[in-house]
Amino acid sequence: MEKHIFEISNLNIYYHDFHAVKNVSVAIPGNAITAIIGASGCGKSSFLRSMNRMNDFIPASKTTGQILFHGVNIHDPLVSEVSLRRRVGMVFQKPNPFPFSIFDNVAYGLKIQNIKDKTLISERVEESLKRAFLWDEVKDRLKKSALGLSGGQQQRLCIARALAIYPDALLLDEPCSSLDPLATAKIEELLQKLKKEINIIIVTHNLQQARRISEYVGFFNAGELMDFGPTKELFEKSEESMAGRYINGIFG
Amino acid sequence: MKTDKPTAVFLMLALFSFSFAVAMLLILLASIINDGFSRLTWQFLTQFPSRNPEMAGILSSWVGSFYLMILTGIIAVPLGVGAAIYFEKYAKKSRFNYLMEINIGTLAGVPSIIYGLLGLALFVRIMSLGRSLLAGALTLALLILPIIIIASREAIRNVPSFIQDGALALGATRLQVIRSIIMPLSFPGILTGVILALARAIVETAPLIAIGALTYIAFLPEGILSPFTTLPIQIFNWISRPQVLFHRNAAAAIMVLISITFFLSIVAVLLRDYFNQKNNT
Repeated sequence: MEKHIFEISNLNIYYHDFHAVKNVSVAIPGNAITAIIGASGCGKSSFLRSMNRMNDFIPASKTTGQILFHGVNIHDPLVSEVSLRRRVGMVFQKPNPFPFSIFDNVAYGLKIQNIKDKTLISERVEESLKRAFLWDEVKDRLKKSALGLSGGQQQRLCIARALAIYPDALLLDEPCSSLDPLATAKIEELLQKLKKEINIIIVTHNLQQARRISEYVGFFNAGELMDFGPTKELFEKSEESMAGRYINGIFG
Repeated sequence: MKTDKPTAVFLMLALFSFSFAVAMLLILLASIINDGFSRLTWQFLTQFPSRNPEMAGILSSWVGSFYLMILTGIIAVPLGVGAAIYFEKYAKKSRFNYLMEINIGTLAGVPSIIYGLLGLALFVRIMSLGRSLLAGALTLALLILPIIIIASREAIRNVPSFIQDGALALGATRLQVIRSIIMPLSFPGILTGVILALARAIVETAPLIAIGALTYIAFLPEGILSPFTTLPIQIFNWISRPQVLFHRNAAAAIMVLISITFFLSIVAVLLRDYFNQKNNT
């Protein structure tokens, strides 16, 4: 496997006149958790959403620059955004299970690929729920609505749903921001296990979380990627640098 | 709980408005029931109209209304829901589409007789459909199309975008999102809108009179090109007769018509509640 999963060069994202991401170039290492930190509105979510082209849906958004995913330009006309999203899964800030049964939530990604084999689907559902540490809690109520689950369970269901189609990378956009500390701890434990199987990029507001779970950290400020490097090094930065000041709570 | 004076005055006014509306409705119902109840027999529902008021029944008109409603629904629902999907999911924000939106809002408020005249010119004359069920259904479909479009757009817009994002992020195409997420989730709202629109269609009189639907039909429609009559037309016809006994018949037919619309409204509410509960638990 190559060393980097995403290689991004000169990425700019605009919404109307607003320049949300400014000239970002970075290579994101594979087989690790990369955390993206920074203040609200600094462009970190836009950056994340550019990697599976979810920004395409925002009206009047414009992206320039190059994003290579395993060496392939994701904006190449020959690359469909649908197949890209099947390889780069995403988990959102607010748990967003479909108002279907737990089983149908996990099976959704398979069904839209026209997979009809019932045995395969139910095996994959079970396997994905196990991978997302949710199986024991829901195995007796797979036919019940997913909306009856707690927030943390819903978020793990969304992770299971993403895992079911065997993506290669998982993008998480502040997945724990609406969860209590116990549910957060469970998700962190889950991510620690998953990073051996899948590349993970997580946007987080929680610096301690970034420190606990990530191998690499990128720090955004006002649309620019100020710093990128191994988590240990970044968290030992002195207060001279902007990232250091942010981490130590001296600035914003 | 203590109520201060302005609140008490407001409450009284609100209560008055409410009782006024209910009282008017009850007076109307009472007078109709008073006039028509004695005529409401099984025979009344199963007899064709007749020159003799005591022999006359509403078989051809309620069957006509029923067929007309079904045919109108078959024509208007796919068109209305399709247009709503286009507006909500595909249309770009252009000046043209903005104009179209305003247009549809206006069309919902156009007097129904205008639709009748359009139907007369377009379907009855130019398309030579005659005074048939199909011509009537097409006319009524035009009439309720704006209502269905507006209700469906509302229902589609209420499907949360974060759920659609979830599907898109799993690699669903836009069409798949519409089919597997938007349609099931907006279905209760669309269904309610459709039933209420059909309830409106079934009581419409003016456009059908304009296209020249017949008032005296002593047979059941045999196909979509058969002539037809409907309950409101039959009522209109009986009311315009001088004999009091025909007015009794009209009152009885009104009771049937009101029962049908009441039933449709209840079905709409029940279905909406049922689906909302199903989607939320």
